[in-house]
Amino acid sequence: MTNPNQDVASRARELLLAPAGIDNNDLDRLMAQVTGPGVDYADLYFQYSRQESWSLEEGQVKSGSHSIDQGVGVRAVSGEKTGFAYSDEFVLPALTDAAKAARAISRQGGNGSHAVSWSGGALPALYRPLDPLESLDDDAKVALLEKVEAEARAQDPRVTEVMASLTGSQDVILVARADGHIGADIRPLVRLNVTVIVEQDGRREQAGFGGGGRYAYDYFIDEDRCLGYAHEAVRQALVNLEAVPAPAGTMQVVLGPGWPGILLHEAIGHGLEGDFNRKGTSAFAGRIGEQVASKGCTVVDDGTLADRRGSLSVDDEGTAPQNTVLIEDGILTGYMQDVTNARLMGVEPTGNGRRESYAHLPMPRMTNTYMHNGEHDPAEILASVKNGLYAVNFGGGQVDITSGKFVFSASEAYLIEDGKIAAPVKGATLIGNGPDVLTRVSMIGNDLALDSGVGTCGKEGQSVPVGVGQPTMRIDGLTVGGVEV
Amino acid sequence: MNNNSTDPVSVTDAAATALLQSRVELALEEAKKAGATTAEANVSRSQGVSVNVRKGEVETVEHNRDKSLVVSCYVGDHVGSASTSDFSDDAVRSSVRAAVAIAKKTAGDPAIGLADPQLMATEFPDLGLLHPWEVSIDELIDIATRTEAAALSVDKRITNTEGGSASSHEGSDVYGNSHGFMGTLSASRHGYSCSVIGESDGSMQRDYWYSSARDARDLDTPEAVGLKTAERTLRRLGSKQMATTRCPVVYEAPIASGVVGHFIGAIRGSSLYRKASFLVDSQGKEVWAKGVRIHEEPHLYKGMGSSPYDGEGVATQARDIVTDGVVQGYVLASYSARKLGLETTGNAGGVRNLVIEPGDLDLDGILRQMGKGLLVTELIGFGVNTVTGDYSRGASGFWVEDGAIAYPVEEITIAGNLADMFKGVAAIGNDVDDRGNVRSGSIMIDELTVAGG
Repeated sequence: MTNPNQDVASRARELLLAPAGIDNNDLDRLMAQVTGPGVDYADLYFQYSRQESWSLEEGQVKSGSHSIDQGVGVRAVSGEKTGFAYSDEFVLPALTDAAKAARAISRQGGNGSHAVSWSGGALPALYRPLDPLESLDDDAKVALLEKVEAEARAQDPRVTEVMASLTGSQDVILVARADGHIGADIRPLVRLNVTVIVEQDGRREQAGFGGGGRYAYDYFIDEDRCLGYAHEAVRQALVNLEAVPAPAGTMQVVLGPGWPGILLHEAIGHGLEGDFNRKGTSAFAGRIGEQVASKGCTVVDDGTLADRRGSLSVDDEGTAPQNTVLIEDGILTGYMQDVTNARLMGVEPTGNGRRESYAHLPMPRMTNTYMHNGEHDPAEILASVKNGLYAVNFGGGQVDITSGKFVFSASEAYLIEDGKIAAPVKGATLIGNGPDVLTRVSMIGNDLALDSGVGTCGKEGQSVPVGVGQPTMRIDGLTVGGVEV
Repeated sequence: MNNNSTDPVSVTDAAATALLQSRVELALEEAKKAGATTAEANVSRSQGVSVNVRKGEVETVEHNRDKSLVVSCYVGDHVGSASTSDFSDDAVRSSVRAAVAIAKKTAGDPAIGLADPQLMATEFPDLGLLHPWEVSIDELIDIATRTEAAALSVDKRITNTEGGSASSHEGSDVYGNSHGFMGTLSASRHGYSCSVIGESDGSMQRDYWYSSARDARDLDTPEAVGLKTAERTLRRLGSKQMATTRCPVVYEAPIASGVVGHFIGAIRGSSLYRKASFLVDSQGKEVWAKGVRIHEEPHLYKGMGSSPYDGEGVATQARDIVTDGVVQGYVLASYSARKLGLETTGNAGGVRNLVIEPGDLDLDGILRQMGKGLLVTELIGFGVNTVTGDYSRGASGFWVEDGAIAYPVEEITIAGNLADMFKGVAAIGNDVDDRGNVRSGSIMIDELTVAGG
């Protein structure tokens, strides 16, 4: 029986190593340049990625772009020190240069010699090794965007402008570690976004919706998903036309299912990344075993979900992804780790070692972060609130991991009056304190949903795709940044 | 060829820029052969080193070396673009072919095309952008160490650190198009930064500071950066939430540029022709408070945003965008200008050295003028809607009473509408932060809603 992952590994070798004539002996020679006395860990990260994007406005696809990026990152770790260099040329002299530069981090002399038996762990693939760019011909990509545009316009005469974009990429990676372990992956990623502007009596509003994941473009055509995105963008924009100014102050807030899980990403996710906790700079540092959330709150970071935007068949350091329980029934149980921070903290890596590209150093990063279901019917949760805010869609968020203060901005929200959904309100930023916001969770719904596949997380200048999710949730006290005092 | 990576080949000398120019020429020739009627290409290369030191020990040494080629091919009024990090002849050719193939699939628009030939820059003054710094990795480590040590020695309440860092980068960028325009710019950027953590009553606060310049001789001392980092961190200790209220708000100079940035976003061509802005048709109208002047100075010597030409080769020039509160012009490139029936303002790639004309008061003077209100020193989140002007962001800073700082505040939001905020500017400070592309002093707005406990 063929192992599909071995196929991935051999295809990655064919694409990344073969054209440059790099074989196992060359890997040994390169590794010998990086390793040696004083170096505890080293890896070589080979990457070849292709990306395209097509965008539509004024009814027509007027621009498109295609890009290719490739290179090799070389890292040497000595205690808490990391030396890092990279090259965008797949030729041995350039790679040897990069290896020497990275190696210089350890001041101890001596030439390394390196001979290991290179072997790849056979990890189950979480998605197919597709090439989205080749999955549709260019005419069909243009037609897909035109169809989405027409659908959005057909929804309502108040739609004055539609912008839509289609992006796809294929990322082929191979990481070779000093211990002989090789990890390889072929990662497809697609995304379709629709933004509409609506106008009524001189008032303009905008809203957008999109989705995607580790698929080919047919994902958007199947089940008419792309049309659903158009409907949702128009619906949200029309709601905003009716929106009244948002209230200001601390109040009960009900968050809807799915994308509002960005709360978890900002409020606790970043604070539980291993690097900040090793350094003691996170508001969550040293708090394992403490109650940081209400009973019933269980939050995980799960890189093993099939086809999700945040999933990885193997992380960027060759570690298998896993389902890491961060908070179990309210108790803080674990951090997310890459190889370096795990080693320095004396724990195992959790498959969260990620990097934007070969030109960036890996760090502990989230994958798909979500909260498990509770027992309440969402309608029951809304009915329980006398006066508050019901927030169902959000834009971006941000956190200061040291003070624990986090924000996320609602793009679709409603007042709750006497347990019923009342007037829509204009977008407002919500602010809270990470270490205690989940202790104010008083009801959790039974309607867990994951987001539609559009999340991108930024940390120290590096962007990676992520996912979030949650059931409907009631929080007793969150500060809403509206204008109405 | 020099194979010693600690002494890399220059990316800014004549040989390096000649190589980039040859890649631009090749891309333009290949575009013509592939059937493009016009074309433009941008080729750049950069390198540098950055080091981070934490608790006096080296944490990372990163060597950066990047290059990229971007080509846009026009077939009549259709366009396609492609980019690659591979400068080989084959890679350039296949990028050009990819761009032409895309151009054949995209829809035409008479507004699409190169900038008009008569607008191309013809003068290339020395703007003082390139100042290579002969600094070794050990020297950078020493600077980062001194920066952090200075911050850690200020007060025992500074209990932890994210470290000190120092970096030096330089690069060259060549832009050419089929009008025969070819421009070459080499530039450098060096800097130090520091971030430390203070602790009191079991809660932690972090802040940072940096110095950045084209020429290393213009940087602050490492000790000054460390001291400022410590002061900024210590003053936040004991922060608390305040009650919800409406009051005047002062944006401290380092973040005041953001307010002006939202204005630029709303008068950018792409926002205007899509009518995705609350400032559609604002030219000639009073959008800011009387007395406010905002101008662009693209030729400032050693300026972070300086360039003789924009991303389309169009000559840049100093101009007022706002005079006495009235909008004088938009921020346009060729495509958006044609969509609006206007001429490009030479802003392909953005504004270059935007200056908010300072007033007479320093920050203390502005706080005295305000009397009672909020001084904001940090903003987080993305709650700005350019279509409606609605504004709501997370903030921290200081409550001000009797014209002086009373106590630090956090976990609050500030909200309003940008149209009201621009009209409500009550003072602009002379405490200009000139480290970046937007130069502003502290700005006081007459009233915003502050949401807290």
